[in-house]
Amino acid sequence: MDESKIQDIEIGLFLDALYQRYDYDFRNYAKASLKRRVLGLAAAERLSVAELIPLVLRREDYLAEVIAQLSVPVSDMYRDPPVFKALRETVLPLLQTYPRINVWQAGCATGEEVYSLAIMLEEEGLLERTQIYATDINDSALHKAEDGIFPVHNLAGFEKNYKNAGGKAEFADYYVANADFFRIYKRLRQKIVFAHHNLVSDGVFCEVQLILCRNVLIYFNDELQKRVLELFYNSLVRGGFLCLGTRESLRSIEEQRLFAPHQADCMIFHKNGVVT
Amino acid sequence: MIASSIPTAGKAASAHRTAAAVVIGCSAGGLDALHKVLDAFPKEFAATVIIVAHIAADSVNLLPALLAKTCRLAVSEAREREPALPGHVYVAPPNYHLLIEPNRVFALSVDERVCFVRPSIDVLFHSAADAYGEQLVGVILTGANNDGAEGLKAVKAAGGFTLVQEPSGAYADTMPKAAIATGAADKVLALPALVAEILNRQ
Repeated sequence: MDESKIQDIEIGLFLDALYQRYDYDFRNYAKASLKRRVLGLAAAERLSVAELIPLVLRREDYLAEVIAQLSVPVSDMYRDPPVFKALRETVLPLLQTYPRINVWQAGCATGEEVYSLAIMLEEEGLLERTQIYATDINDSALHKAEDGIFPVHNLAGFEKNYKNAGGKAEFADYYVANADFFRIYKRLRQKIVFAHHNLVSDGVFCEVQLILCRNVLIYFNDELQKRVLELFYNSLVRGGFLCLGTRESLRSIEEQRLFAPHQADCMIFHKNGVVT
Repeated sequence: MIASSIPTAGKAASAHRTAAAVVIGCSAGGLDALHKVLDAFPKEFAATVIIVAHIAADSVNLLPALLAKTCRLAVSEAREREPALPGHVYVAPPNYHLLIEPNRVFALSVDERVCFVRPSIDVLFHSAADAYGEQLVGVILTGANNDGAEGLKAVKAAGGFTLVQEPSGAYADTMPKAAIATGAADKVLALPALVAEILNRQ
């Protein structure tokens, strides 16, 4: 048997250990990218994947590292500007009618995207009556997101994305910077509740008008993807909106008929009224 | 067992095995090289072709349309959860890693960049080596960074067949040279001969 097949067995055992010990279930993640990340974890310890199992079972302080490596803490300011422009122009006006607005960013990672959303809500005059929930399973990413401190070396790209996303002022109006970092202003940070939530195992925690979950479902297999789409369905108010990543598969969405396209090219959907 | 009657010859024998898939990686100068390779494939070409080309991380992907103009095979951007069909050319979407799952459906990831790039050739090649094993041909063309070298090693280790464009004839020689330096290249060839090797495995 070649090395790669042996590694597959080891990975299966490792994921079982993680699940039995801590109830974190990665067994329904897409295999190829998960394998990359587990092998990365083993390489960092200079161990085989099988040798990670005792660490998972017996060293509680190791769990945070495992979760940090296996989840994908990647976020950007206004990644795909046309999507944010579409949210601003075709979704936010429809949220105007609600006296109180709840928004959920599921899988917020280090928070860049949820701040993009907060800025947009402020510019559209909605932030005052909006509560944003930003959740992730990666606690260290959540802490970074909550701090709202980001390296300045990406600022030029963020500025450009902000403008392309229909920004009405200057991106610089929303942060304070020094030579290395910029920090999002407190008035924006305090509108966001950052919380631990696991899409694999946790349930509905509130009723929301808009869910952003971009490039998270790509890591899940079909079964898990369906579970999460149901969770979103049950979390949304009637007619509520769901925004997914621009390259995500529509198949489950179409099969389940839980959502109908609102602006399909930007992967924005609304909750279907009646599901037959 | 039948397997024991062809002892260690398994890997060497793969040189003449029919390929189920061809994975191709390139960056600088890649469009021209890709045309030269793909345009030579006949319409009955039966393997799946999967391409990672480093291009600007713009959301619009022009590469499939450019390649489709002259290629006899269908060309499209690989979509998440889509099965990889034979005789079809798939191109990685910009700003996502493209992977192929063990059951040969496509997967995407936004994991951190590898070799400073996303999509990364290494990421595709590693996953394809797992999915196709000996039925894979890995090809490294012109390019200006080291991406793909580790991936080509994985293709070779899984029993696949590995081809690298002759660096002196490549628009940028860094990528082919890095791939050759791993020692994992079965053959280093100019494009016409490289194409002939791929067609040999049909």
